Amino acid sequence: MTVNCHIVSTEPGKDNPTVRNHFIIALAGNPNVGKSTVFNRLTGMKQHTGNWPGKTVIKAEGTFYHRNRRYTLVDLPGTYSLHAGSADEQVARDFICFSRPDITLVVSDATCLERNLNLVLQVLEITSQVVLCVNLMDEAKRKRIQVDTEKLAQELGIPVVGTAARSGQGLNRLKNVLGDMVDGKIVTSPRCVVYDQELESLVQQIEPRLAIYMPNWVNRRWVALRLLEGEFNLLNHIPHNALMDYPRGEIKEDGALCLL
Amino acid sequence: MHSSLSLADIPVGSSARITSIVTIGPNRRRLLDLGLVPGSRVDSIRRSPAGNPTAYWIKGTVIALRNEDASQILVDTRGVF
Ligand SMILES: Nc1nc2c(ncn2[C@@H]2O[C@H](COP(=O)(O)OP(=O)(O)OP(=O)(O)O)[C@@H](O)[C@H]2O)c(=O)[nH]1
Ligand SMILES: [Mg+2]
Repeated sequence: MTVNCHIVSTEPGKDNPTVRNHFIIALAGNPNVGKSTVFNRLTGMKQHTGNWPGKTVIKAEGTFYHRNRRYTLVDLPGTYSLHAGSADEQVARDFICFSRPDITLVVSDATCLERNLNLVLQVLEITSQVVLCVNLMDEAKRKRIQVDTEKLAQELGIPVVGTAARSGQGLNRLKNVLGDMVDGKIVTSPRCVVYDQELESLVQQIEPRLAIYMPNWVNRRWVALRLLEGEFNLLNHIPHNALMDYPRGEIKEDGALCLL
Repeated sequence: MHSSLSLADIPVGSSARITSIVTIGPNRRRLLDLGLVPGSRVDSIRRSPAGNPTAYWIKGTVIALRNEDASQILVDTRGVF
């Protein structure tokens, strides 16, 4: 696998005395792509799976060990987006955004990647710690669909692993990639969605003003984009230690957003 | 004049290409996230007994849409088989 990101040669923890060995991984993805099957395979648990969407409604947790690291895996409900339009989307979005997992593992369907990549790009707007699992590779093969996972990894700037979770194919490699990521051996450089000039210039105005309020919050660009969509209640969810003071927003008549 | 046809108007078993979405804000966003993107092909595959919602095949998945949503999606049926 070649990924459009550089390999860090230093040993984990060499210049960092407090080496962690417990990591949280969120499992996100469209409905019915095999998230719970991946979850069960990795943890040895028996989450509800079946061939209809919407089975996982609340998040489930499980644990696995690999290369002397402990991982807590959180199985999220399947969603097409992270816009918090439904309860499921809210659960998935809030976990990825505010619980700050060490890695978000997005599971996708190899037979309809175009549809699945929408969510991948939305996750990449929130966090750069993302691994893409292209599942159902056996189904794709049956339908004569070829997926170039290396090219996809280059395009997205994150590791991409092909799997057939029902038979367990590719899951060892997936665990190794997750391990390399938490060990800092893989550093991602995620593709960023660039919007039209008008929107980008508004984002550029808002972002530095947000920096005053949330100096410790990493994805201010994403917060700025949500504010532009009028989602002001988002600010209630941001942990207090990331906020200096409570910012309030207002859309002016000409459509411009001002922070009060 | 060809673009006044909406997804709600096409019969079950037929196909169309999306030309535009005539709604704004969160509703537009939701439809786009479901894969209803201009330029995409949609197949009407089944209508519920009550006539609403209707199931469509879009980008490799079945999506059920209420008529209120389907009527916001303008389509062109020419040249789509
Ligand atoms: N052929 C094949 N089937 C798979 C694979 N992975 C999962 N499945 C099947 O796909 C169906 C859906 O799998 P789930 O794991 O329940 O999917 P999910 O993403 O958790 O679904 P929701 O929680 O409803 O969103 C099940 O019937 C699985 O057995 C795979 O790699 N190959
Ligand atoms: Mg599930």
